[in-house]
Amino acid sequence: MSKKDLGLLILILVVGAVVAIINPRFLLPINLANTSNLIGLFGILSIGQAFVIITGGIELSVGSVVALLGTLFIDFIAVREMEWPLAFVLIIALGAIIGLMHGWLITRLKLQPFVVTLCGLLIYRGVARFYTADGTAGFAFGQNFPELEFLTAGRSWGVPNSFIALIVIAVVMWVVLHRSVFGRYLYAIGKNEEAAKYSGIRTGRIVIAAYVICGVLTALSAIYFAMYTRSISPASHGQFYELYAIAAAVLGGFSLRGGEGSLIGVLLGTVLLQELQNLVNLLGIPSSLNFAVMGGVILIGVLVDQQWGVFRARRRMLEATRKGVAGAAAE
Amino acid sequence: MNYSDPSIVASADAPFLSLDGVRKTYPGVVALDGFSMEVRPGEVIGLVGENGAGKSTLMKILGGVTRPDTGTITVDGVAHDGLTVEASIGSGIAFVHQELNLFENLDVAANIFFGREPLRAGPLKLVDRARLRAQAAPLLKRVGANFSADTPVSALSLAQQQMVEIAKALSIKARLVILDEPTSSLPIAETDKLLGVIKALKADGISVIFISHRLHEVERVADRVVVLRDGMLAGTLPKSAINHDQMVKLMIGRMLKEREKAAESARPPGSVALSVKAIRTAAYPDRPVDLDVRHGEILGLAGLVGSGRTELARVLFGIDRSFGGSFQLDGKDLVLGSAADAVANGIFLVPEDRKLTGILLDLSIAQNISLPNLPAHSRRSLVSASAEAATAEKQKTDLGIRAPSVQTRTGTLSGGNQQKVVLAKWLAMKPKVMILDEPTRGIDIGAKAEIYGLMRALADAGVAVLMISSDMEEVIGVSDRIAVMHEGQISGILDKDRFSQENVLLLAVGKQPK
Repeated sequence: MSKKDLGLLILILVVGAVVAIINPRFLLPINLANTSNLIGLFGILSIGQAFVIITGGIELSVGSVVALLGTLFIDFIAVREMEWPLAFVLIIALGAIIGLMHGWLITRLKLQPFVVTLCGLLIYRGVARFYTADGTAGFAFGQNFPELEFLTAGRSWGVPNSFIALIVIAVVMWVVLHRSVFGRYLYAIGKNEEAAKYSGIRTGRIVIAAYVICGVLTALSAIYFAMYTRSISPASHGQFYELYAIAAAVLGGFSLRGGEGSLIGVLLGTVLLQELQNLVNLLGIPSSLNFAVMGGVILIGVLVDQQWGVFRARRRMLEATRKGVAGAAAE
Repeated sequence: MNYSDPSIVASADAPFLSLDGVRKTYPGVVALDGFSMEVRPGEVIGLVGENGAGKSTLMKILGGVTRPDTGTITVDGVAHDGLTVEASIGSGIAFVHQELNLFENLDVAANIFFGREPLRAGPLKLVDRARLRAQAAPLLKRVGANFSADTPVSALSLAQQQMVEIAKALSIKARLVILDEPTSSLPIAETDKLLGVIKALKADGISVIFISHRLHEVERVADRVVVLRDGMLAGTLPKSAINHDQMVKLMIGRMLKEREKAAESARPPGSVALSVKAIRTAAYPDRPVDLDVRHGEILGLAGLVGSGRTELARVLFGIDRSFGGSFQLDGKDLVLGSAADAVANGIFLVPEDRKLTGILLDLSIAQNISLPNLPAHSRRSLVSASAEAATAEKQKTDLGIRAPSVQTRTGTLSGGNQQKVVLAKWLAMKPKVMILDEPTRGIDIGAKAEIYGLMRALADAGVAVLMISSDMEEVIGVSDRIAVMHEGQISGILDKDRFSQENVLLLAVGKQPK
């Protein structure tokens, strides 16, 4: 765990302690379970976003994809009466295809990630609304999917299964990002794509893979969100979720220029965001201020981090000149 | 020969600049130790010394970026304990840095007068473009520029951009122009132009401090050479005593034989390794290039900047696509769709721009070295840090990379050591064809010799080495054959018995050699 992550963890604990003192309901099992469920849902989304951000890209269509794929999933199993495992696989595949398309447009046709995914944001939301004729997708009365509901909205030993899913995904993705060859390539591309290319890395494929990973994890979270809300009005479902994901990554120490950030960081970023949401509810802050609180905390967090970085860079430079001159004198 | 020797200093002119007993220490190290020198009006001083000898510290003191601990700086008769940036500029000291500070999106005139643009009358403070250009034109003429003031800087060659920098210096009425490694990225003909500009400055009574690793250029242009070693004045050479060997001797305190060693091939060249037929590059899509590089030889590729050498290297390494033509590697046809294809076939490139394309400054030495060959340093797709470290340790020892450890960030290394890391990542694999684009640019003499030695060792091991260089001494000293490019085509190939600066130059401008 890096110092940055540690700092974030301490912040989370301090905020948690303060909230618990003011309102002890914070620590009630029901509250913790609800919050960790939300952490699970948003965490899966944010990890996907993190893989794109690490390459120096951005994925703005996440919220719309959650709406579109969620709508389709409920439609597949509730209206079209498809077997849910088949629908599940189809939705994940659709997520992968969306990621593949974005990656292809960005790497092969050299479009900017911001532009491609902004268009995605508009298109998928529009398609989702058209698909339901601006209505609501939901289950009919008495429709039950016990296994699916257990896996998505159920609990094991009191812990929401969505949270457990996040932990499993996080462990796997931690290995991928921090220990695998692919992860090293991602960092190299994020740091300096040209130099990575000159080292013989097929940078295009790696970047596409990052978007596919993002698409798959977004599709997965779309299913979780659908089973959590159980009814979707595509005009508003998932709105701003891309911003939650980006915010979690930025809070977690990711640089939007790419090449920087850790998986633990984005997890902690998600936790802090959900903790803040919870804080707004528990401390009786008007919920209309919800976004303002989040924005304020992110701004302060990034500012502190930035100043700390400047301070460290200055110190490192001083040391380097010292060493450089010392080395030269020694030679 | 010490500077305080009155027989050398004696002159009717009062010095424009004089440093006396300047000492600058950083915690734990003495960067400058009682250094003294003088610069008289209209005098061209060649300042040489290995990297780390104290040149940068000296420049920082003259630029007012840092203050000396002790000592006096006298500019134009006024003594200072240390300069500020404003005082430095105000007293007419101008810098032209190795890395140019121009706005590529603006035109020449706008760059020269940036922040000091002539304005039109009126409350809107609009820039008077006509006057701007009119003021820039005479300055450009003084530096011998062959381009107009409204040319965008992005359209200029490096040498031309340097002329803009010098014109900028003239525009602030500079009395001392300090050129830091101005020729390190220039080809021969352009270098001549720049040296011409220096002579023109001198004729106008402007002093010049010319810092360069290219000693033959210092030899040509300097009135006096000041040699720094370990923060001290190693000696000064009056015009009559300036020669290559003397400078090197003072710089490193011993004579250098590595280059001569590098020049000797241990064995006759073998079969053709890489054969290029009718390749056309983006720079000259209508000019086909044919070239053979043989196993065991160093083929020097000379030519002017813009002659298409770097573009050729990019095509050979699969970065750019060729417009038609074909490659053969050891007699087999080769299709290069990407750099990954080239690497898979043992064709490696040490690119021209080390920091942008050669290495990742934020990664460690070990991570840089393993990057092109990561699957070989992994088990079940997971990177093995110990395998990485082992490869890097071996390369670090073999190439003599000077760093605290292989986990050191490459960004903190000196230019020479960074270049060795670039070489190391390829040497750790099995090169068949090694392309080096300006491999010793901005690297000090000691490291240069080591890199020549490595290139020769590669050739002796049967690797085909293609070295692109604008340094004439280097091309002639290191190559077994020299191919010269002119406007996108190979204008001729010289064998060892016909090596001469004149022949290379003639071919570079498209004429027949003697």
